[in-house]
Amino acid sequence: MRLWVNKVAIILSTATALLGLLFLGWILFTLVIKGVSSLSPYIFTHDLINNGIRNLLWGQFVLAGLASIIGIPVGILAGIYLQEYGNHTRYANFIRDLSDVMMSAPSIVVGTFIYAVIVVPVGHTNGWAGIAALFVMMLPIVVRTTDDMLSLVPIELREAGIAIGAPKYHVIFHIILKAAKVGIMTGLILAFARIMGETAPLLYTSGSSIYMSSGLSETYPSMTVSIYNLATMPSEELVGLAWAAALILTLVVLVLNLLGRFLIKDKRL
Amino acid sequence: MDKLFQILTRISASLVFIILVATAVVLYLTAKPAIEEFGLGFVFDSRWAVTEILEKPAESPAGSSAIPASDSASDTGVRTVDTATPADEALVIDDIDSDDEFDDDIDTGEESDSNTREIYGGAVPIVGTIFSTLIAMIFSIPIAMGVAVFLSEIANEFTASIIGTAIELLAAIPSIIYGMWALFYFGPFIASIFGGSSVSLLVAGLVLGIMVLPFMAALSRDAINTTPNVLKESAYAMGATKFEVIKDVIFPYAKTGIIGSVIISLGRAMGETMAVAFVIGGIFKFAQKPTDATISVPVVLANNFAESSGMSMHALFYLSLILFLVSIFTIYLAKYFFLRKQS
Repeated sequence: MRLWVNKVAIILSTATALLGLLFLGWILFTLVIKGVSSLSPYIFTHDLINNGIRNLLWGQFVLAGLASIIGIPVGILAGIYLQEYGNHTRYANFIRDLSDVMMSAPSIVVGTFIYAVIVVPVGHTNGWAGIAALFVMMLPIVVRTTDDMLSLVPIELREAGIAIGAPKYHVIFHIILKAAKVGIMTGLILAFARIMGETAPLLYTSGSSIYMSSGLSETYPSMTVSIYNLATMPSEELVGLAWAAALILTLVVLVLNLLGRFLIKDKRL
Repeated sequence: MDKLFQILTRISASLVFIILVATAVVLYLTAKPAIEEFGLGFVFDSRWAVTEILEKPAESPAGSSAIPASDSASDTGVRTVDTATPADEALVIDDIDSDDEFDDDIDTGEESDSNTREIYGGAVPIVGTIFSTLIAMIFSIPIAMGVAVFLSEIANEFTASIIGTAIELLAAIPSIIYGMWALFYFGPFIASIFGGSSVSLLVAGLVLGIMVLPFMAALSRDAINTTPNVLKESAYAMGATKFEVIKDVIFPYAKTGIIGSVIISLGRAMGETMAVAFVIGGIFKFAQKPTDATISVPVVLANNFAESSGMSMHALFYLSLILFLVSIFTIYLAKYFFLRKQS
């Protein structure tokens, strides 16, 4: 009886793992089938106004890229503070807690916040608001990664640096950050992948445009928002375009994730 | 120089604090007119964009069909004359431009503006959020536990690393992809089994479940992996089967970590917008059965924001504030469990 129960439990558990894989397979399968049939060189060389996705792809990369350019240095500096300057103080622990809270704040709430502080005063959706929303999404992830990775650097490295008379910022930049480089890079790649796929914070901050952008102070093209809009269009062709965009988005995100994983594995060897 | 750098890092760290406080303050200030107008009753009021006439009996309400019968009974002393057309924006473009315009358009001008007021209540989306999250949890907890146990105890190292990676990739897929897949494939599939429409509370809940499943499984696997081998080995040495080891040694040991991972996943399911927006229906109406369409808080925000102004905008910010506060509460609860594990 006991052995029998054991067997059933193991089979059930294996079945759930297979079920999980089934969903992954199902999603990827439909994505590839639907997406590939709408892929063509044409859509990469034309904007949405002409049934292409060039402006969307560009817009999504610019929004996520600029958010990273602001978010990464700020996040790393904050992580350095938590680990190197404020470690074990109550303030640092407090900030750590808040950072976790911020990380799990619903993305749509971040969107409403940015809408109130940027879009309302400006009067219309614009690229900067989208960047700000993605920055808020990204910051806690970078802070957390940097904090975690720096905590893995052995204390002896810090002591050695200080002992030869290097100033603390020098030790941080040339010794500690170098030691934690791979881990932080991985975290940054994953953070970038995460904001690449965000839709909710962009819905009414950057909006999305069918034209190539005319500057960040205007409504900015965003691939995810456009996928949302296109998928419910009655036109078969536009839905196909949404699938193609969805396929490309997923590929970018998955490749970035695999790249991050590969970096970590490489380090272990 | 060193001092300068230290100050710079401190400012960066404080930015986290500043942004969070700013979020809370801005949401509160923007929601304030709605909070003052409706108070805490907002949470229990199921009417959205309903025009209420103050102290004056109205003619027979012709267009009130959109109010669920069970709820309009709770109105005391006032008659509701009109309700918003269900804001089914996934399919139709919403025409609520501004509140006053809206009144004139639909009400055929039968009363003056001075003794009417717009009522907004959050009960429908809040109930929708609670039930979709509940369905998601009921669906995903057993499966996630099975996956976690499989990855950490049953599979050999090679299989575990491959399936583990696959499950984690599933977690990385953007939520809008889940939504789109559900709209075109999963929704119709569920509808063909359980009946009803392919946009419903049930479909939304299940999609949420599938979406948080890999996340929950990965976190639970990590919690299970912290069980010391010595404990497991001594149980095996006593002749315990694998199932008994899992049930009596691993789960008790990793309990707090697993509960923490479930709570974090719950928070994620609650605030998820895009996976749900396509498939919940977007109708301001309680779901009488799981296969009915309804709406959830994030979806209300996603669908109605661009067209709102005045009081409806304040009401949306009120909902956003509630969602924000509940998510903070959830994450602290999860942290509480994780911390207990460490000590």
